[in-house]
Amino acid sequence: MRRTNLIVLLVVAGAAALLAGCATAQAPTQVAPLSPTTAVPTAAPLPTVEGTPSLAPGDLSVFAASSLTDAFGEIGKAFEQAHPGTTVTFNFAGSQTLRTQIQEGAAADVFASANTTEMKALVDSGNVPTAGAHNFAGNRLVVITAPGNSAGINDLEDLASPGAKIVLAAEEVPVGKYARQALQNLNAEFGPTFADQVLANVVSMEDNVRQVVAKVTLGEADAGIVYTTDAAADPTLGTIAIEDPYNVLATYPLAVLEAAPRADLAQAFVDLVLSPDGQAILAKYGFLPPAS
Amino acid sequence: MTRTDSRSPAARSSSPSSHSLWWFGLPAGVLLLLWGAPLLALLLRGAAPSVFAYLQDPMVQHALRLSLLTSGATAALAVLCGTPLAYALARWDFPGRRAVEALIDLTLVLPPAVAGIALLMAFGRRGLFGPTLGIVGISLPFTVAAVVMAQLFVAAPFFVRAARLAFESIGPQMEEAAAILGASPWQQFRFIMLPAARRGLLAGLALCWTRALSEFGATILFAGNMPGRTQTMPLAIYLGLERNLDVALALSVILLGVSAILLFALRRFEREPMLA
Repeated sequence: MRRTNLIVLLVVAGAAALLAGCATAQAPTQVAPLSPTTAVPTAAPLPTVEGTPSLAPGDLSVFAASSLTDAFGEIGKAFEQAHPGTTVTFNFAGSQTLRTQIQEGAAADVFASANTTEMKALVDSGNVPTAGAHNFAGNRLVVITAPGNSAGINDLEDLASPGAKIVLAAEEVPVGKYARQALQNLNAEFGPTFADQVLANVVSMEDNVRQVVAKVTLGEADAGIVYTTDAAADPTLGTIAIEDPYNVLATYPLAVLEAAPRADLAQAFVDLVLSPDGQAILAKYGFLPPAS
Repeated sequence: MTRTDSRSPAARSSSPSSHSLWWFGLPAGVLLLLWGAPLLALLLRGAAPSVFAYLQDPMVQHALRLSLLTSGATAALAVLCGTPLAYALARWDFPGRRAVEALIDLTLVLPPAVAGIALLMAFGRRGLFGPTLGIVGISLPFTVAAVVMAQLFVAAPFFVRAARLAFESIGPQMEEAAAILGASPWQQFRFIMLPAARRGLLAGLALCWTRALSEFGATILFAGNMPGRTQTMPLAIYLGLERNLDVALALSVILLGVSAILLFALRRFEREPMLA
């Protein structure tokens, strides 16, 4: 690149930085922390865990469903405190993506899924030992509406009104499948074509639950169906509850993987998630206890 | 690919000595292996008869048709708007020229995901121009137009860059001679510059078109993923991976084939004698 070009580039970048500075100065909105572990204002110190200190420190790789981003971020921090020198690395994505990555040989120690289907697939393919999975949390669905709700979506029936822009997760994603189930259940309330009418309003099928939240938060879509835990993470979103008989209870299992490079640390992490301390963190983020 | 003048074939002369074969061949081989091995592995695992079965799948047909349609539109728009821009950059000095050059360089190196978010900030419903567009009844996100805009943003710089180099490689003497003979600026452009730059333009077109065909990041962010409406082949491949690997493999092989055919067709066209 020529020198003058470089200078122009620097000027443009500088101006952009300046503009960004002004923008944040004008709008006193809180800046979202990059690290999910700091997302919830916790005055109380992180629960300390009586881990087995005999474990050699190392790197623990946890593959977890997108909806667990905030809660697991905090559990990871607690784990690192209990095991000094150990680093927990998370790979958050749609459970179905993680399942494929694990089957294709990704080096992971722990897998936490947002449904039992992906876990069962890994048991079937030999990546998870039989009876190695434990249900550790439950979740419910909720409808979120864009900040300001200019489309006027005030009850569940409005999801079917012509012109409403709805985003769902793709059918392959656990939350996408749960959402379609809930819509089918709602046919009993709003008539046999309700689910089809809502599906006709869908403008995008996102890859994971956090992308659904993002599209609605941006206001690009009017409404979406996500987990209650994701809705709670962003107070600017409006929510419409789905009544219990129609709602779907998502079950989250986790397991130490057969090929875990650090099976000992992985087991300790699973134990932490299942412990009262781990369950308390999950409850703080709105997760329900597992079905049984 | 980036051959933009007609001299380079002649510049390739002798075959290398055995000595230089080591010094040049070995490092080059590393790259060739990196490019070749994954493509070979993809074909070995993916090129099965099931590819033809997937070609019958309506979802795949939708994605393929949408990909060809949108990348074709992108290529056409890039040529239509990019040729004058490239010509202006190659021939004239005008105020803000450097800024324009910097802008093009920036779009070339920008990660497509950044392009997607930037497009949302500008043309999203709550973006800079979103409310204004909304008054006229236009909502761009989640539409085919959004797919083309994302591709144009990411791929058009490849054409402009190649076209500009092509125009710059032509000495000003030809135009001057034409001007002396009474050719108007338009005639100079049409009958001297365009034919002389033809190879470079076609090479740029090939790059731009195939890059548009493979666009993913900006598209999924700005246009979303809707089968039949905004789900292009790369998006179908990415989401296919979530259903099962075989779908993703078959679609990858199909896209690889389409890209190869497109590239070879344009290269062939590039070598044909001038028509103008």
